[in-house]
Amino acid sequence: MALRYEDVIAKYEPVLGLEVHVELGTNSKMFCGCNTIFGAAPNTQTCPVCLGLPGALPVVNAKAIEYTIAIGLALNCSIAPFSRFARKNYFYPDMPKNFQTSQYDEPICSNGYLDVSIDTDEGPREFRIEIERVHMEEDTGKSLHMGGATGRIHGAEYSLLDYNRAGIPLVEIVTKIVPGTGKYAPEVARAYVTELRDILRGLGVSDVKMEQGSLRCDANVSLRPIGSTTLGTRSETKNVNSLRSVERAVRGEMIRHAELLDAGKKVVQETRHFHEDTGLTTPGRSKEQAEDYRYFPEPDLVPVAPDTTWIEEIRSRLPEKPSVRRRRLQETWQVPDKEMAAMINADVLDLVEATVQLGADPTRARGWWLGEIARIANEKEVSAGELPITPTDVNEIVSLISLGELTDKLARQVVEGVISGEGRPKEIIDRRGIKVVSDDSALMSAIEKAIAAQPDVAEKVRGGHIPAAGALIGAVMKETKGQADAAKVRELLLKHLGQG
Amino acid sequence: MINRSAAEMAASLADGSLTSVELTKAHLDRIALVDSKVKAFLHVDTEGALAQAEAVDKKRQAGEKLSPLAGIPLALKDVLVQKGIPTTCGSKMLEGWRPPYDSTVVARLKANDIVILGKTNMDEFAMGSSTENSAYGPTHNPWDLTRIPGGSGGGSSAALAAFEAPLAIGTDTGGSIRQPAAVTGTVGVKPTYGGVSRYGLIAFSSSLDQAGPCARTVLDAAYLHEAIGGHDPMDSTSINAPVPSVVAAAKNGNVKGMKIGVIKELQGDGYQPGVLKRFNESLEILASLGAEIVEVSCKHFDYALAAYYLIAPSECSSNLARFDAMRYGMRVGSGSAEEVMNATRQAGFGREVKRRIILGTYALSSGYYDAYYGSAQKVRTLISQDFASAFEKADVLVSPTAPTTAFKIGEKANDPIAMYLNDIATIPTNLAGIAGMSLPSGLADEDQLPTGFQIMAPAMKDDRMYQVGSALEAALLSKWGKPILANTPKLEP
Amino acid sequence: MDCERRWPDPKVIRAQRRALGKVTFMSNISRDDVANLAKLARIDMSDAELDHLASELDVILNAVARVQEVAGADVPPTSHPLPLRNIFREDQVKESLTPEEALSGAPAQEEQRFKVPRILGEE
Repeated sequence: MALRYEDVIAKYEPVLGLEVHVELGTNSKMFCGCNTIFGAAPNTQTCPVCLGLPGALPVVNAKAIEYTIAIGLALNCSIAPFSRFARKNYFYPDMPKNFQTSQYDEPICSNGYLDVSIDTDEGPREFRIEIERVHMEEDTGKSLHMGGATGRIHGAEYSLLDYNRAGIPLVEIVTKIVPGTGKYAPEVARAYVTELRDILRGLGVSDVKMEQGSLRCDANVSLRPIGSTTLGTRSETKNVNSLRSVERAVRGEMIRHAELLDAGKKVVQETRHFHEDTGLTTPGRSKEQAEDYRYFPEPDLVPVAPDTTWIEEIRSRLPEKPSVRRRRLQETWQVPDKEMAAMINADVLDLVEATVQLGADPTRARGWWLGEIARIANEKEVSAGELPITPTDVNEIVSLISLGELTDKLARQVVEGVISGEGRPKEIIDRRGIKVVSDDSALMSAIEKAIAAQPDVAEKVRGGHIPAAGALIGAVMKETKGQADAAKVRELLLKHLGQG
Repeated sequence: MINRSAAEMAASLADGSLTSVELTKAHLDRIALVDSKVKAFLHVDTEGALAQAEAVDKKRQAGEKLSPLAGIPLALKDVLVQKGIPTTCGSKMLEGWRPPYDSTVVARLKANDIVILGKTNMDEFAMGSSTENSAYGPTHNPWDLTRIPGGSGGGSSAALAAFEAPLAIGTDTGGSIRQPAAVTGTVGVKPTYGGVSRYGLIAFSSSLDQAGPCARTVLDAAYLHEAIGGHDPMDSTSINAPVPSVVAAAKNGNVKGMKIGVIKELQGDGYQPGVLKRFNESLEILASLGAEIVEVSCKHFDYALAAYYLIAPSECSSNLARFDAMRYGMRVGSGSAEEVMNATRQAGFGREVKRRIILGTYALSSGYYDAYYGSAQKVRTLISQDFASAFEKADVLVSPTAPTTAFKIGEKANDPIAMYLNDIATIPTNLAGIAGMSLPSGLADEDQLPTGFQIMAPAMKDDRMYQVGSALEAALLSKWGKPILANTPKLEP
Repeated sequence: MDCERRWPDPKVIRAQRRALGKVTFMSNISRDDVANLAKLARIDMSDAELDHLASELDVILNAVARVQEVAGADVPPTSHPLPLRNIFREDQVKESLTPEEALSGAPAQEEQRFKVPRILGEE
């Protein structure tokens, strides 16, 4: 019997831990000069180093260090004056050396924080997420599992390995445990990843595309009875490939843990795999049999000891923080807090800004992105940015409305058409013959027709009962196939009936 | 022709009295004649070597300026990758593997137009002191074919002693260049750590491994040292400084006024009397040449062997993890990837390698790290400090290279600790990363087998070893009347 | 001339073992321990091999454990013999191996990828 979320938070409070991996957008790999282009033909971007051939040795990419320091500074971390790489030893075919060159007890950045704001019942609330560490490591190759029914690892007969992605620089950002989020844990998790993504994008260190895997989030969740001070057993959820999934995964795990605890069962400490279609998780590797990684300092690399001059130079080049940018936009556009939060939540702020930069009025731009477009996005269970409608399209639509060539209602049809893939706004308008009927005489003839068809309603309006006009306006809209400007119709109708 | 030093051969090539093709052919013939007994080579690249020799001869005829060792043949320890040529590390795991790239050492040999004759036998993955751990059978000491040639680089040193090549490259992690040099009557040098690139050197213990020159004379080794040494941007641990001028030092064998530090802990009861006798005689010679002999104590050296046998296996357990049957090398077994990995690593690795992998895995395990690997790393610091203090009192430090002469094949094969003790004098050098050299100090009275004299120099001061070594070598040659290798038994049928 | 002599000289061997330190036969490591290690190291081992290795490792571990005698808390560990720091390279693309070269050693390949047996376990 599935618990409801309200039941869960009535009894338990969640504790979160978030691990985010970022693929850095460097030209070459972390330890070798191979290209990093996404989608290249298999095994065309490999060399002795990233293939782990016998005798090969790593050499650190300076840009990767610079980017990592920038990330640490943006997250208010301390930059270690002395840090080292370490070997994390375990066997897996996608890892050519069967150890990952990573960092262990001497990470390059530590002890930072990120403030996020979420919308609560009582208004916007800020949470400070503390960052434990930011460290560097390398990505693995990619496997194709062949012969099984689903293309997944279970039931596969064999696998095919492509090492193009092996050695891509990765930065891992690990939070300290995050208590105190209460029922907002899912939203806080999502807001954290969103804010982090915006920061990383702003720094220019990664293209942060969750769908492509350049930003990955593992969500750790545990529950404890409200008021308890001991931590519950946590589960780690992987394969969380979108911001929406972060929220759903956290909520789903909270419910799953609560169901187990309510039934008197124990939560197993394990890694779980998130499924987009169901919003549920299934068990992966059990952490009780956790591998002993036998970390030791990487003997093939020497320590990284960035001097303060370099660090300050990187700090001086940091771009405007997203939170600062948001405040600036909010002031410039004169947006109320709730609307601002809504834009951030719906992940449309960048889109609105882009639309405004093309010339659109901020309020109108916001109206479309937050309104109709966000609604459709929700329906399709994707983010607004994933729909095929662009700021250019929206800017065009807004300008057509202001020119009187489209009404709001007609514009909605155009938006729907663009999203369905019928083409750009002008094409849709032409093809569908969308046109505002603004010619007064044409409207008048439709108005007179409507009055003639509903004389009693017309009488009511003449008598001062204005709301009754709606029926007549509706009839006119129908007659004009929705292409009349409803406001204009109303104006003319009321005037005609002596109420304008 | 093949009995001469590389420098002498180079002179003949330079004055035109000899071509590289002739020289190379002579060595290939020698290999064909004697290697069935010595078994120094795992692979002889006849075609490639002759092609290289021909190319050099052409360059010389065209009047091109060539490096000092151009056209000289060389034997390469099979732990360094050479593109397109089988590289096995003495293991079944890599049987038939042809690397798609050259190690930096090989690239530099080629750039110097040195002719690579082939790959020499070694203890599997460089683990051993006798070359008995090779999956392809042991190499036999040219001095007595029933005896080991040392290890892990026994093939390279045996090739030199059998006159199969005038030059060789070895690698040294705990003594694998120096100890074979000592028991074969040849010269072997472990440069300062970072002095020669490790790119393409198949790793055993990354913080200890170092490639180095092997030859029959100190000067030959110096030339080779300069040819292969120097900074490599592909190796993060390589020193970014010019190679110390070792050739100049080798030509200037003068020890007047130098202080020679004898390490107290590296002699005594654990050393064969004949070895000690030759060592002490060499000290007397150095004294007679104007050096001051002082005694130094490095008290933590007693812990060096223990530290080494924690650090090296730990690093190797990680370095050898890549041999998993997925991308290259042997693949046996069936079932899942893990089952195939398990079966392949069982079949592909020999006993010593497996022993060290398990030992290393244990030493790095959570719960044991501090007690074992962590503690060993601390001993390393103490040993470096011991060396630093000793070098305040002396310019170079000396000891016998190995505690015994060459033992019989099979004699210590079942006693790992007895085998490990062969490296007792050479290991401290690797732990500290400083430079070490072995040169012949004569034959031991009890068995008429070669002994070695070890000279150690501070990091980046490799030239000092060559300076002292050259002086001692000249004096010993003068005393013996002929090179020590003139005493080797006739190998050819 | 090959001299007849007793070899190995027991006196030398005894002295060497003394130099290495007292070897006390405590059972540090069991066969199960070795079995777990073999699993971690992905090496199939027979029971006989595990037993043999356990006793060998016992001896070795006893001998090497003496590093703890001098490894005081105030002694810093050495990971690198040289005091090198900050060795980097520029973020420049260099030529890769061709796929043929990369796959040249592959025990099996398909569609320009390394073909490996089924991988069990998590994603």
